[in-house]
Amino acid sequence: MIKIQHLSKSFKGKLAVDDLSLEVGQGEVLGFLGPNGAGKSTTMRMITGFIPPTGGSISVCGFDVLKDPISAKRKIGYLPESAPSYQDMTVLSFLRFAADIRGLAGVARQDAVDRVIELCQLQNVLRQTIDTLSKGFRQRTCLAQSLIHDPEVLILDEPTDGLDPNQKHDMRQLIREMGRTKSIIISTHVLEEVEAVCNRAVIISQGRIVAQGTPDEFKSRSKTGRIDDYFREVTGAERQTSEQLGA
Amino acid sequence: MNIFSATRAIAAREWRAYFESPLAFVFLIAYLLLAGIFTFTFGGFFERGDASLAAFFNWMPWLFLFLVPAVGMRLWSEEHRLGTIELLLTMPIAPWQAILGKFLASWAFLILAIALSFPMVLTVNWLGSPDNGTILAGYVGCALVAGTYLSIASLASACTRNQVIAFIFSIMICLLLNLLGFPPILDLVGRWIGTEGIEVMAGFSVLSHFDGFQKGVLDSRDVIYFVSISVFSLFATGVVLRGHRAG
Repeated sequence: MIKIQHLSKSFKGKLAVDDLSLEVGQGEVLGFLGPNGAGKSTTMRMITGFIPPTGGSISVCGFDVLKDPISAKRKIGYLPESAPSYQDMTVLSFLRFAADIRGLAGVARQDAVDRVIELCQLQNVLRQTIDTLSKGFRQRTCLAQSLIHDPEVLILDEPTDGLDPNQKHDMRQLIREMGRTKSIIISTHVLEEVEAVCNRAVIISQGRIVAQGTPDEFKSRSKTGRIDDYFREVTGAERQTSEQLGA
Repeated sequence: MNIFSATRAIAAREWRAYFESPLAFVFLIAYLLLAGIFTFTFGGFFERGDASLAAFFNWMPWLFLFLVPAVGMRLWSEEHRLGTIELLLTMPIAPWQAILGKFLASWAFLILAIALSFPMVLTVNWLGSPDNGTILAGYVGCALVAGTYLSIASLASACTRNQVIAFIFSIMICLLLNLLGFPPILDLVGRWIGTEGIEVMAGFSVLSHFDGFQKGVLDSRDVIYFVSISVFSLFATGVVLRGHRAG
């Protein structure tokens, strides 16, 4: 469903993503792990067609994101990192706008809006303007927007960031359920989340994939049997070497 | 079909955004108040002893100079600031649809403001018998000047996430377009560049192209002038937005 080949991106000569290749099939939830600034968001922005890559190719459901962006974008639902939305709009009018811009009309539009309201449990805040909502509801409103066209591919950039434990639980359950039929990429630095929702994960550091496998494989590779330790091992390695060199 | 429905959805959202905040009412009141003051005091509406709206139209390019950038400055700066640009440009639409949709909604709003000056038309018809064809041409000219300034503000707004910078930047460009045809300036530089030079210079000015409309003359060259600046600025808006994303 998602096929990335030799993807790279540099900002003003600085390499943010470096020769990254991966594939995500249907019914798969891929976890994107990595320290801050590793290139997770940049990669997601390239998959969704927001920023153009410096090199490499991305295809979503067979559509090349660069050559046929509109067809590819139709297949994608995207939750950006800070869950942006129009602050002055009510939740309902924001969701209707998302449906309109995706070309849903009439009964299909009404059904789509009702479905995501139910799915993201927004019934009680429909008439509230988004700037009056708590972080959790804002996150869910933006998630609802990404699900409005029932996309085959979901790109979720830190979907549980800023949520309380109950909301995190609900969000993870929702992602797991949707993961049965869709292809999902989620980024996170919460490692327990990987075990909770992902079939597979890649660890990115300095724009490169430094490890990939299932959560269980990560655990077995670590000496202590914990993902955290494995994560530190593969992402901290370069820092340790440089420290050793400095010393 | 989808081409227009997405543009319409964006335009409709933008239009509602004006009325969901106090912006629309503050702007409409400020515009009508200032238009009244300029017409009746500085314009010498009564002293002219003439049944026309010349006193009103004369001031419009100068009034728009400040008010249109105030409307246009938020067009893209706001999207950058809220991060909603990431949502908008990952929707299955071409960037020009978003640019055009936002422009059309704001232009429609400005035209609404201009149209609300209709009591002027009633007054002058009650006091005497003006040439209503000339008045209509004046209004068409006003709408074109407003649209031209708005497209420039759209470009300035795409360049920065800071609305104040966008505001000042667009005032500067619009002021330049005004001054190129402002008689005192033309007299001043006429000594050096001669009458032919003046004609060339005034050919780039909003004032000299607006002049025909005030006299009730609809000249295709004047219309082409306004339309081409608008199209160019909106096109440049697209280039700037693409440049931002390329990093």
